[in-house]
Amino acid sequence: MSVEAWEPVVGLEVHCELKTATKLFCGCRNAFGDEPNTNICPVCLGLPGSLPVLNVKAVELAMFIGNALHCEIRPSLFHRKNYFYPDMPKDYQISQYDEPINVNGWLELPDGQRVGIVRAHMEEDTGKTSHMGGGGRIHDADHALVDYNRAGVPLVEIVSAPDIRSAAQARRYVEELRAILMAIRASDGRMEEGSLRVDANVSVRAGRTDELGTRCEVKNLNSLRSLARAIEHETERQVSLLEAGEPVLQQTRHWDEQAQKTVALRSKEEAFDYRYFPEPDLVLVAPGPDWQYQVALCLPPMPAERRAKLTELLGAGGPTAAQVDQVATVVALGLDTLVVEAASSGIEVPLALARTANEAAADADRAREVDRAAYGTLLRMEQEGMLTPTQAKAVLADLFENGGHPADIARRKGFEALGAGTVVAAVADVVSAHPEEWARYCQGEDKLVGFFTGLVMQATDKKANGKEVAAELRRLRG
Amino acid sequence: MNEHGSARSERLTREDAAYVARLARVDLTEDELDLYAGQLAAVLDHAAQVAAIATSGVEPTAHTLPLRNVLRDDVVRPSLEREEVLAQAPRAEDGRFWVPRILGESP
Ligand SMILES: [Zn+2]
Repeated sequence: MSVEAWEPVVGLEVHCELKTATKLFCGCRNAFGDEPNTNICPVCLGLPGSLPVLNVKAVELAMFIGNALHCEIRPSLFHRKNYFYPDMPKDYQISQYDEPINVNGWLELPDGQRVGIVRAHMEEDTGKTSHMGGGGRIHDADHALVDYNRAGVPLVEIVSAPDIRSAAQARRYVEELRAILMAIRASDGRMEEGSLRVDANVSVRAGRTDELGTRCEVKNLNSLRSLARAIEHETERQVSLLEAGEPVLQQTRHWDEQAQKTVALRSKEEAFDYRYFPEPDLVLVAPGPDWQYQVALCLPPMPAERRAKLTELLGAGGPTAAQVDQVATVVALGLDTLVVEAASSGIEVPLALARTANEAAADADRAREVDRAAYGTLLRMEQEGMLTPTQAKAVLADLFENGGHPADIARRKGFEALGAGTVVAAVADVVSAHPEEWARYCQGEDKLVGFFTGLVMQATDKKANGKEVAAELRRLRG
Repeated sequence: MNEHGSARSERLTREDAAYVARLARVDLTEDELDLYAGQLAAVLDHAAQVAAIATSGVEPTAHTLPLRNVLRDDVVRPSLEREEVLAQAPRAEDGRFWVPRILGESP
């Protein structure tokens, strides 16, 4: 049998750090990158006599997530998950166990495929452990250092059904989920900072049987790329085991980014027994109908709806393949209002979309804060030929970085639009210097426009407008 | 427990007690295990008496307190002084808690 006859069956667990000001059960700051152990207090250190009090904002964001994922929002409870590991000073983690706040939802991928959501529950994050010595590898380290700033930060863990059938689909699922979490302002979506973390449960099955194989949980997936590579590698590994007549063992495996493969963690002496029991210091969380209604009412437009809006703006011709990607990028980064606002002030949608998906996307954090009027003015200057595309991009980069008025930035950079006479003269020079190419162009070899334009750009220090050059060439050809 | 909330039928064994001790990282001698297995079993037997009460028609209770939705606003409160906290740890280094070498991954 070949790999093609096997199908991976994947379920994903996504841990999303909530964008609250404070931790889940105490008033310590929830902030990434602060000095170690500066955001700690008796509650998140588990000191005797301290008591947790639930953060209302965390509950509300969890309800937003449930709403956006079409879940049923239920009365819910917290449990203690007991284990000995220094990442939690209390020796237990407070998590929702058999009564989670959100159950039974779904997420629709851009291609219309639905992935079931089993649950999306609240829990607290753990501290950050650094293994010291031995090259940072856990088994060779001689001690560890712990920072508890992250201990107690609110998380929602979103557990999908095993509905995903390929590495590419897993990637699309996380991309869409990330866009949704950012749209509702539950997450900043920064996978590289660990604010969105993914574990994958992978098994394989032959052909179209309903029988699921033994699954392995793959951890340490810190980017979309490693998620896809890990699922591919794990699928291949399981298939070659099964084809050799060997069993797949149920294991937790680690994605080794350097070796580009999954490796088994040291086998456990005994299965973890977390001895879950209800957290006696916290009571039932049961959002009433009023609160639920409020949240449902405040749910912002979802990424799918926003993509549809941009596609509609592009008009009857429908988006090109490149524009489909541009739309997805712009929405995923939360930059679509830049395009919508520019379009409503009369900017051509393809231009607004291209600048937003490329230049604005490259500096997304600042682009989101850019002065909308200035952004529109810049696009208008390009549309009307006052700036060439190359000049417009340079002005944009400056605008995102320093703000200001596009016309001033252009002047400062020496991007005065060339007078029409300069372009005419430059084109005439270039044409007379290349009679052979000119003859071919006159016989209909249109692609030579690029050749002439390049020469005019050189001659004018890139200040000529490509569209004007092309128009002048057409005029000369007659 | 079964769905009616009645207690386990068999008594807590010495093996059960040894397992619980291992989970809690409590090192017990053979004599201590005999002693505590008996005491723990007696406690569980006592708690098992609730099984004798007729509870059909009684709503399951999540908590003994008649409260729900006890919440606080998402407002930052001052944290502790790091040096003060780390001074109480057995060992600290580089602004962080020093812990012995760890075997195995986080659960
Ligand atoms: Zn705290």
